[in-house]
This record gives sequence, structure tokens and C-alpha cells, in this order.
Amino acid sequence: MSHVRTDDAPPGEVDYVAVEQSPRFVELKKKHRSVVFPLAALFLVWYFVYVLLSSFAPEFMAQRVWGHITMGLLLGLGQFVTTFAITMGYVRFANNRLDPISGEIRDRLEQEEAR
Amino acid sequence: MNDFFASVHSGIASAIATAENDPILNMSIFGAFVAVTLFIVIRASRNNKTAADYYAAGRSFTGPQNGFAISGDYLSAASFLGICGAIAINGYDGFLYSIGFLVAWLVALLLVAELMRNTGKFTMADVLSFRLKQRPVRLAAAITTLAVCFFYLLAQMAGAGGLVSLLLGIHEQIGQSVVVAVVGVLMIVYVLVGGMKGTTWVQIVKAFLLIGGALVMTIWVLALNGFSLDTLLANAVSASITEPQDAILGPGLQYGANPWDFLSLALALVLGTAGLPHVLMRFYTVPTAKEARRSVVWAIWLIGLFYLLTLVLGYGAAYLVGPEVIKDAPGGVNSAAPLLALALGGPLLLGFISAVAFATILAVVAGLTITAAASFAHDIYANVVKKGKVPPDGEVKVARRTVVVIGVLAIVGGIGVQGQNIAFLVALAFAVAASANLPTIIYSLFWRKFTTRGAVWSMYGGLAAAIILIVLSPVFWGTDTSVFRNVGTAIWPLNNPGIVSIPLGFFLGWLGTVLSSKKEDPRKAAEMEVRSLTGYGAEKAVSH
Repeated sequence: MSHVRTDDAPPGEVDYVAVEQSPRFVELKKKHRSVVFPLAALFLVWYFVYVLLSSFAPEFMAQRVWGHITMGLLLGLGQFVTTFAITMGYVRFANNRLDPISGEIRDRLEQEEAR
Repeated sequence: MNDFFASVHSGIASAIATAENDPILNMSIFGAFVAVTLFIVIRASRNNKTAADYYAAGRSFTGPQNGFAISGDYLSAASFLGICGAIAINGYDGFLYSIGFLVAWLVALLLVAELMRNTGKFTMADVLSFRLKQRPVRLAAAITTLAVCFFYLLAQMAGAGGLVSLLLGIHEQIGQSVVVAVVGVLMIVYVLVGGMKGTTWVQIVKAFLLIGGALVMTIWVLALNGFSLDTLLANAVSASITEPQDAILGPGLQYGANPWDFLSLALALVLGTAGLPHVLMRFYTVPTAKEARRSVVWAIWLIGLFYLLTLVLGYGAAYLVGPEVIKDAPGGVNSAAPLLALALGGPLLLGFISAVAFATILAVVAGLTITAAASFAHDIYANVVKKGKVPPDGEVKVARRTVVVIGVLAIVGGIGVQGQNIAFLVALAFAVAASANLPTIIYSLFWRKFTTRGAVWSMYGGLAAAIILIVLSPVFWGTDTSVFRNVGTAIWPLNNPGIVSIPLGFFLGWLGTVLSSKKEDPRKAAEMEVRSLTGYGAEKAVSH
């Protein structure tokens, strides 16, 4: 699979504009952004919900859920759980879905360069 | 029951007095740490030839190694002693503080680490100036880098002085100054001789000791409480001196007076981490973006584990040492973790934890110094002043000289601010990182239309806003704990500028871009995008 060179690409160098417009790269970029943006938005919203509850609803956060464990402690530990879960989920996605495509494009560019 | 606790607590208080005056043990444990790390640093320095060796450790560390080093770089004495103490005294609010420090790593993992590794060489400015005009963007990025490093470094050095009075029983100004100087000289030696490789190993060893020590103490505390978090909390509540006693389980004790202040701080914490230049520089010490990803994953697990441990240690200190004893001890809140070590394992464990606290300061200041030196030599000297025309070894030579200058400045500054209330400097470093660095990092990685004007406005605007608001705040004016004690009134009501300066940094980046008359080179933008996502043309590991 080769890409069409754009007109003003400097001769002898990698034509990055063409690579950027190639379907495989567009797919990579779309996949990357469609996962990292929602995940980033998700954890930021969840974190600020937690911070706002702690700041402006202290009675709610101080109520006991079980024994001496309060709602605030439980949700705080929940922040740890979600952080670890998002980390593992993203790594799995990146290893299985992003790395094959990015590796393929990189290998092709390195071959072209060697020629 | 209360009498029993009172007698235990007074027993501990008298034990403190004796242990404190046994500095020989503390110093010899610390000396052993210095000897071991110096040995490693000298061994590691043999291959320090090129700039990539000196700044980026030849990009030869593995993901797990770098994950440990990131934790060692990130977990400062403030976060160890400070958070343990805050939980011991204020319970829940101390825990709340630590969560921001962890969650922030998701910004680094998802948005920054891999893309930065693929497009940069040594510094943050490499990435920011990739497709924009070199000199103005590099200069601005170097200035914000130096500002963050300077604030953070000063806080650490001043902390070293305070730690001495706490751990070694040295209360005289002169003795504390000597220790600050020793820390500074050791730091210069590590960074000068070992470069990034030596610095990294110091951070790895320190992270190992810190997390290991905290783990042992946590298991010990849990064992004393029947391995039940509920029992531990019940015991902490019964030892509490707050009204009502179980207030330590809910929010409000530390930040309740001004919730907006905490919101502002939380913004700075969660968005600042991924803009800290000494953290960003660590991503260049691994061979590929995949390893950068692995290192952040390791860092998240280690840092998360550590903050979970501090929860147990903090409530454990509240129960086993008691909030009154902690508050009355020299060093105040910061003494919670060392006093807990003393209560658990006697002078030997206290000596170990004290040595770890010193090692922590050393590792963090070394990381800050090499980052500042790299930024000055690589960005300002080589690229802005000399416009890239420097002999191969010229840049590293300048970097080494800069290390000495920064070290001397840090010693003088650290001695100069003794006794001042400078705890705000760490929060200011995070606020500057979030207001001046992060917007430009995010825009240049994800927004094609972003221009030089947007970058420069955002960086200088964010930096200026953060500093000006701090200077106008209660940190400087009008309260008992202000720099100018009970003088004047604060114009800006919050202790942290983040809630204004961070949105302002993002806004200025957008405004500067839409008001730019000149568009940036689309080919450069395409190149950056392709390289950042694929890793094509990324800096390779140095092989010796």
C-alpha cells in the first residue's frame, strides 16, 4: 500500500502530508482519539464530582456506609479503583489495537527511507 | 481506656526525646545510603559520553525501571511526611489531597507520555517548538521549565533544613544550614558525575526503600489492628481530639473553611503533574513510546500503592502516636510518619525512615537539577543563543556548569528561606505547570491550527497569572501564616491560583491562535502528527 505524493512535498524526504492523509493513518488517529478523549473526560468528570462532593456536600460524604467506613472514604478508594481500571483498559487497547497499526506505518516509512 | 492511651502517648513522647538525641544511628543509616548510591552513580557514569547519555541516560532504561524512577522522582518528602501527617491530624482531608496526585497520572498516560516520547529529544521545549517558531517558543518553554524547577527545588531544600531539626535534633540555625549545604553538594556530585543515569539510579533505589519501608510499616500497623481497616479507623477515632471525634472520617477539617481553595488546588494537582518538566524528561530515558507507556503504568501502580499505604500510616499514627503528640513534636505535622516508625520499631526503624526521607529529598532535587540544567543548556544556550551551532560536547559542558550554578543557588536559597513558611512553593510549582505548560503541550499535540503566538501567550500568560495571584493572595498578606505576617490584606482570596490561571492559560492559547495572522507550516504539523502517533523517526537508544 503506497500513498499518493502531494505536490509541494520536498523531493527525497518523507511526504508526511500524504502519510497523514493515508487511510491507515486516518484510522489510527481516529482510533486513538476515540478512546483517549472520552477516557480523559470520564476520569476528569468523576474526579471533580468527587472533589465537589467533598467540598460542598460534607454531610453526605461523612455518612457511614459500613462500620467506620464513610461514603467519602469509599468513593475515595473508588478513585483508586477507577484509575487502575482505566490504566489497564487503555494499555490493553493500545497494545492490541493501536500498536499493530502504528508499527505497520512505521515499518513502511522505514523501508521507504532505506530505499 | 483514655488513661491507657494517655500513658502510652507520654511514653512515646519521652522516647522521642531520647531517640532524637541519638543522631549517630540516623546519620550512619543515611551515610550507608549515600555510600551505596554514590557507588552506583560512579559505576553508571562510565558511559556518559554524548548529550543523549548525559540528559537521557542513553535511553536505555526499561519501562519498569523508569516506572520506579518516576515514582522516586515524584514522591517527594512533602507527599510522604506531609500526607501522612495530614491524615494523622485531619483524617479524610489529608487522604483527599493524595488522590489528586494519583489521578493526575491518567493525563500523562492517556494524552502526553507516548506522544512526547515520540516527538522530543531531551526537553519539553523540543516537543513544543517542533512545528512552531523555534526561538520564541523554546525560550518561553525554557523559562516556565526553570520557574517550575526553581520553586520546587527551593521547597525541597528548605524542607531538608526542617527535616534535620526533626530527625537529628539539630535546632540551631547553623547546624541546619550545614545540612542544607551537604544535601546541595551531594546533589551536585550525583548529577555532575552520574548525569541522568546516576540520577535515575538514585531515584530507583530511593523509590524501593520508600515504598518498601512504607509497606513494612503498613503491615505492622494493620497487624496491630487485626488486619481490619474498620478496627484501625475505630481506634483512630477513639484517639482523636476533634469534636466530634469521628470528624476525621469525613471532609472539612483541613479544607472545610474554604472549599473553593481546595477546588483550585485540585485543578492544579490533577492538571499540573503531566506538565512537570522533570516528570516529562523521564520519558526520554526509555527506548520507545511503548516503554514510556509501560513506565507510566508501573508508576501509576507504585504511586497508587504508596498513597493507599499512607492512608493506613496516617490513621495508624493518629491511633498509635496521637494527634496531640504529633502537633507538639518538633516538625509538627511532618513528624507523624517518623514518630509512627519510632512507636513501631524503635530507634532503628526511626533511623531507617529518617534516612529514607533524606534520600527522598536527594532524589527529587537531583531530578529537578538535571532537568533545569538540560533546559538551560539545550534550549537557551544551544538553540536560542547559539542557534544550534555548538560543537558536539559544548552543550553537555554548559549543562555541567549549569548544574554547579543551580546547586549553589539552591544551597544559598535553601539557607535563606529557613524558618519562612514556604509550603506554598510546591502548590505554586504545580499551578505553573498546569497553567503555563499543560495547555501548550495539549494544543501542540492535538490541535493542528495551534500557532506560535498561541503558545507564547499561553506560556507567559499562565506563568504570570499564577505568580501574580500567589503574590496577591493570603499566602503573602494578612494572616498568621503569611509571608508578611498580619500585614495588609490579600486582594485575591484563595491560596491557590489554579482556578483562574489554568483556564486563562488555555484561553490565551486559543485566543493567540485565532488572532494569528500567519499560519504555521502544514507540512511540519503533518510530520509531528505522523511521528507522534507512529514513532517513526523517534530518537533511538544509544548502544555502547
